[in-house]
Amino acid sequence: MCAVRGLTKTYPAVRARRGAPGTPEVRATDDVRLDIRRGEIFGLLGPNGAGKSTLVRQITGLMRPDRGSVEILGHDITRHPERAARILAYLGQESSALDELTVSLAAETTGRLRGLDARRARAERDAVLDELGLAPLAGRPLRKLSGGQRRLACLAAALVGERPLLVLDEPTTGMDPVARRAVWSAVDRRRAEHGTTVLLVTHNVIEAETVLDRVAVLDRGRVIACDSPSGLKERVAGEVRVDLVWREAAPLHVPEVAALRERAVESGRRWTLRLAPEEARAVVATVTGGAAFAALDDFTLATPSLEDVYLALGGDTQGLVKA
Amino acid sequence: MSVVPAEALPDNALAAEETAERPAAELGPRARLWPSLVAVYRAQLSRARVARIPLLFVATFQSIGIMVLMRGVVDGGGEARAVVAGSAVLVVAFVALNLLAQYFGQLRANGGLDHYATLPVPPAAVVLGAAGAYASFTVPGTVVTAVFGCVLFGLPLAHLWVLAAVIPLAGAALAGLGAALGLLAPRPELATLLGQLGMSAALLLGVLPADRMPEAVRFARDLLPSTYGVEALARTFGARPDWAVVLGDLAVCGCVGVVSLAVATWAYRRAAVR
Repeated sequence: MCAVRGLTKTYPAVRARRGAPGTPEVRATDDVRLDIRRGEIFGLLGPNGAGKSTLVRQITGLMRPDRGSVEILGHDITRHPERAARILAYLGQESSALDELTVSLAAETTGRLRGLDARRARAERDAVLDELGLAPLAGRPLRKLSGGQRRLACLAAALVGERPLLVLDEPTTGMDPVARRAVWSAVDRRRAEHGTTVLLVTHNVIEAETVLDRVAVLDRGRVIACDSPSGLKERVAGEVRVDLVWREAAPLHVPEVAALRERAVESGRRWTLRLAPEEARAVVATVTGGAAFAALDDFTLATPSLEDVYLALGGDTQGLVKA
Repeated sequence: MSVVPAEALPDNALAAEETAERPAAELGPRARLWPSLVAVYRAQLSRARVARIPLLFVATFQSIGIMVLMRGVVDGGGEARAVVAGSAVLVVAFVALNLLAQYFGQLRANGGLDHYATLPVPPAAVVLGAAGAYASFTVPGTVVTAVFGCVLFGLPLAHLWVLAAVIPLAGAALAGLGAALGLLAPRPELATLLGQLGMSAALLLGVLPADRMPEAVRFARDLLPSTYGVEALARTFGARPDWAVVLGDLAVCGCVGVVSLAVATWAYRRAAVR
């Protein structure tokens, strides 16, 4: 459905000016190759600055790559970027074009600009606002809404006028659980009824695990892995994650705890350890008995998540969100 | 959370890697020029109603204030006509040139253009819709300013209907210029600056009577598109307006409008895909 080959984009170096330091040349996407199949929810996962948005902007025809090609449903988007608008709907991170419109007018206008006639645009607007639970907010301008509601209103605009491919750049940012559920059920309905394909950009590992069929993990502009979430997790299946949270400070006078310290990733009172299952059992036995237990506030034992996969692949997890 | 199993999808979509030989899928419809222009116009007008009313008051009071100030300097006749016409067209310059340059400058800088660029809408519809909405938005302020000026300086109100031609034509010229400046400026602050400078030029060169100006300034005045709108309006305050010259001035406005809107459309195309 969507084939990306050798996509490369380099941002030129910026020379330092008075008051502003220069930045070196940045390769935002580096020889990216992807195949997105029809009807799947395909995710791009990576921390901020990994190149997700740059990649999406090239797929949607908003940015010309330096090298490589993008083909969607048989159309060469690199050569004919204007065709992308007739194949896909894009939800970007910015809402400034719609901010001063009411929710209802934003959705209707977008539908009109997607080529619907006035009656269809109004009918689809009403259907989408009902579907997403936005009908009570229909008459309010977007900028008066909370961040999550505004995001939902922008999604409504993106969904008016059917498209075989939805490109959603962090669609659920700032949303409460009710709104998130509305988003995923709206996406699922389009998948079931029209076989709609979804390209989802996210830095939320929990969301990635629960909604994606396949995920490409990006790090510094490169795809470092691409598989289903469960397939990726099998790569680190031999490991278990142990989180220990201490009441005040770690009881380093206990020799077993002191020995663990160098293997733990510390963040405040929390230690995170990735261990073989037997080791994990031993650690749990140690901290739940004796002197260490008195200092322990909480502990969890979990099978690996996509975050662990990301770490194991050599990525830098600073910036991934777990919520 | 996804409840649709991949196998249940139409065409057994995930079953096999797709081959490139499959014929290209049909594209969605293109939005046609007029319907999308109307949609953009409507949306922009509603935006303007929400966000720009205070600025319209500022524009009108600025023009009225200038006329009141000039009342002490100008003693009727040709100069009074120039002041009233200049102040009325200044409202158009404030909104259509200055505010539109700011709007497009910001939209371009913060990625708002992506929204339009990922819709199958003709670039001209976006530019003309926005320019038209901003120009329409100047109507009340311009009319109020012109009527107030006529009463203040004792000019005839009989030919004020000519505003019905002056506002759209001067509006097109100035809005096109504003949109082009906003879309071409590399940074939003620069767009704001250019919009402000354009408006200052319209103020200084349009309102102040040309006869007292040095040669160079008069030449600059001839280059500014708003001048022809001002001239056309000023002539109709006369006892027996020379309609051929009025028409000529308006034609210049119209031509500049066509050219600047074409440049703005080109600039939009350029800004949308980087």
